[in-house]
Amino acid sequence: MSLKRIDLLICCGSGCVSAGALKIKERFHEVLAENNITNEVNIIETGCMGPCDYGPVMVIYPEGIFYQKVTPEDVEDIVKEHFLKGRPVTRLMLQDKDKTIQIQKDVPFYHKQIKVALENCGYINPDSLEEYIATGGYEALGRVLLEMTPQEAINIIKESGLRGRGGGGFPTHIKWQMVHDNTQEKVKYIICNGDEGDPGAFMDRSLLEGDPHRILEGMMIAAYCMGASEGFFYIRAEYPLAITRIKQAIEQAKELGLMGQNVFGTDFCFDAEVRTGAGAFVCGEEMALISSIEGQRGNPTPKPPYPAVQGLWGKPTVVNNVETLGNIPTIISRGAEWFASMGTEKSKGTKVFALTGDIRNTGLVEVPMGITLRELIFDVGGGMIGDHKFKAVQLGGPSGGCLTADHLDTPVDYENLKARGAMMGSGGIIVMNEEKCMVNVAKFFMDFCVEESCGKCSPCRIGLKQMLEILERITSGKGKEGDIDELLRLGESVSKLSLCGLGQTAPNPVLSTIRYFRDEYESHIRDQSCNSKVCLDLMHFNIDKERCIGCSLCARKCPTNCISGSREDKYTIHQVDCIKCGNCFDVCPVKAVEKIPGMHPEIVERQKEMAKAAKRNDD
Amino acid sequence: MYKEICSKYAPTKDNLIYILHEIQDAEPQHYISKEAVLAVSDYLKLPENHIYGVMTFYSMYSTTPRGKHIIRLCESPPCYIKGSENILRKLGIILGVEVGETTKDGMFTLELCACLGVCGNAPVMMINEDVYGDLSEEKVEEIIESIRGRQ
Repeated sequence: MSLKRIDLLICCGSGCVSAGALKIKERFHEVLAENNITNEVNIIETGCMGPCDYGPVMVIYPEGIFYQKVTPEDVEDIVKEHFLKGRPVTRLMLQDKDKTIQIQKDVPFYHKQIKVALENCGYINPDSLEEYIATGGYEALGRVLLEMTPQEAINIIKESGLRGRGGGGFPTHIKWQMVHDNTQEKVKYIICNGDEGDPGAFMDRSLLEGDPHRILEGMMIAAYCMGASEGFFYIRAEYPLAITRIKQAIEQAKELGLMGQNVFGTDFCFDAEVRTGAGAFVCGEEMALISSIEGQRGNPTPKPPYPAVQGLWGKPTVVNNVETLGNIPTIISRGAEWFASMGTEKSKGTKVFALTGDIRNTGLVEVPMGITLRELIFDVGGGMIGDHKFKAVQLGGPSGGCLTADHLDTPVDYENLKARGAMMGSGGIIVMNEEKCMVNVAKFFMDFCVEESCGKCSPCRIGLKQMLEILERITSGKGKEGDIDELLRLGESVSKLSLCGLGQTAPNPVLSTIRYFRDEYESHIRDQSCNSKVCLDLMHFNIDKERCIGCSLCARKCPTNCISGSREDKYTIHQVDCIKCGNCFDVCPVKAVEKIPGMHPEIVERQKEMAKAAKRNDD
Repeated sequence: MYKEICSKYAPTKDNLIYILHEIQDAEPQHYISKEAVLAVSDYLKLPENHIYGVMTFYSMYSTTPRGKHIIRLCESPPCYIKGSENILRKLGIILGVEVGETTKDGMFTLELCACLGVCGNAPVMMINEDVYGDLSEEKVEEIIESIRGRQ
């Protein structure tokens, strides 16, 4: 790598790539060549920088200038103005109120963040082993292998208080210790769980794509501690780039002798390979994951025996999440005390969260445990989009729960979230505004779990389906008294009786929304009204004749021709034929089309008539 | 073709998933045919029903022929909150197919999938191995047009 006067770091995380980062990179190559300065600028593709909503983003060193929402058309300006004349392009910088933010570290999104697992993500080129080494990579592995016994290294992890980042929060050192203590068995395995499936979580993907060597180093340290000489990365097939990057990292490490026989001249030998899934959420569960690596259906098996005793091919196995392994090298290099100084009493260190939903700064953040939801959503996340109000936040994906505005000052850690009916999960945070219907959201999560249930145990297979049917009934206006109690009863049974974590936690979204938004369930059932105007059967559209200007646009856009009228008489929706597609609402230039909670009286009347007719037929 | 793919892997049971992936990718219609199952069964010495069991467990395998390009629209909650339903409706109109169907010209198959892990840019879809984010109805139209134009 030659020294050049400018380093251009383009975020090539999946978010920015989907927004066109690769086209921008190509354009830079062209424009730099046109201006004969190719040898003055280093173009570096990095992993995810975090603020996906600003994407595509880039940082230009030595100054650290941060550009956001860059398009291929902007490239010429950046090269001609910034690179050639030294005048950074102000219009591409982030505007915060009246201030223009020039430098990356001044962006408010980064202020409360402390990056441990994400340290290099968005800073180095993930294709380059040299860049990883330049930031201190593989030093921790060297220290562990040359200066520590496995037990000493396990003790450091124990003192750091690190807990599994995949969702359960099980102390990492206990798993390692169990396998370490098994001296009878010579063959042991370490598995990195990269089957990230929680909707709304993408930290594992970003880590695997953005800093693959860190995860590999973490895995090797774990392997040394427990006495394993073979490791597996199990990565979802939906993440092709992550698979490529890890495979490449393994090859590079082997080439340099950082992996293979007698690493660093010690007795430690290690080999790793990548295994992929084929689209099954349940494979994130460790027993199911092991079945999948063995080439079978990803069905979970009862625990015990735990994988630490009898895992892959019956051998002692540790399954660690990607983010957990990502923390290991830094804990070793900076010390257990440093790591444990962050966080709360029982949840130490930092946690990566994926912010999504109706929030301004969607993206990937890493903050100390114990930060409040308010800080996370309003300071780091920048608050709600537009003038919308905060209504609820869903934490922990389909295993987690919804919390409300009353919980905004809750410190985020394993215990506090659990006590309130949510869950840390893998760290997906979905923020919702007042336009979202909580019954509908719960139905959506339930639908996901029904779809992903492997079908092996009946509480999950049948119980969740029953719950979904009740939710579908409620959201279509056919809810009955007693439905809420039935949901609670079913939810409790499924939680208690299911075989694996998927089933045990699947009722959480329903239970937590009943706990905090019971009135919404009641209004759906008793008043047949969806007050958030989301459930189509429990709302209707209406044209306000005072505001209607008679332009006929709605009538022309209506797919069922159920809007009629004239310039003089204004327009009316014929409710019986309306399919509630919302086209009229979207196209009205004067916002005369309104959404109204509840069924239209005409529909209520018609339903009564139909019921009567059906009864007559029966008689 | 099937034998060639199989022989790249050791004839052990744990390679089943990878062999199936490779066969499906090599097949222009992105599916696993009955002949392929027989060939794999012969190579790995596994009963056909075991292979069908595995194939139907995982959502990415198809036992029926599909289009040249596979559109997988994310139906997970973060995308739903950001309007994936409208995108699905639009895709249905542009392509003239329902979910799970292939266009008459054999170009596109429309599928739904679980979270693609690009939730910061929801709603999202994947066409073959490319991810498209921040979708709007207009953007979807452009993307499909540009793929059609490439042919």
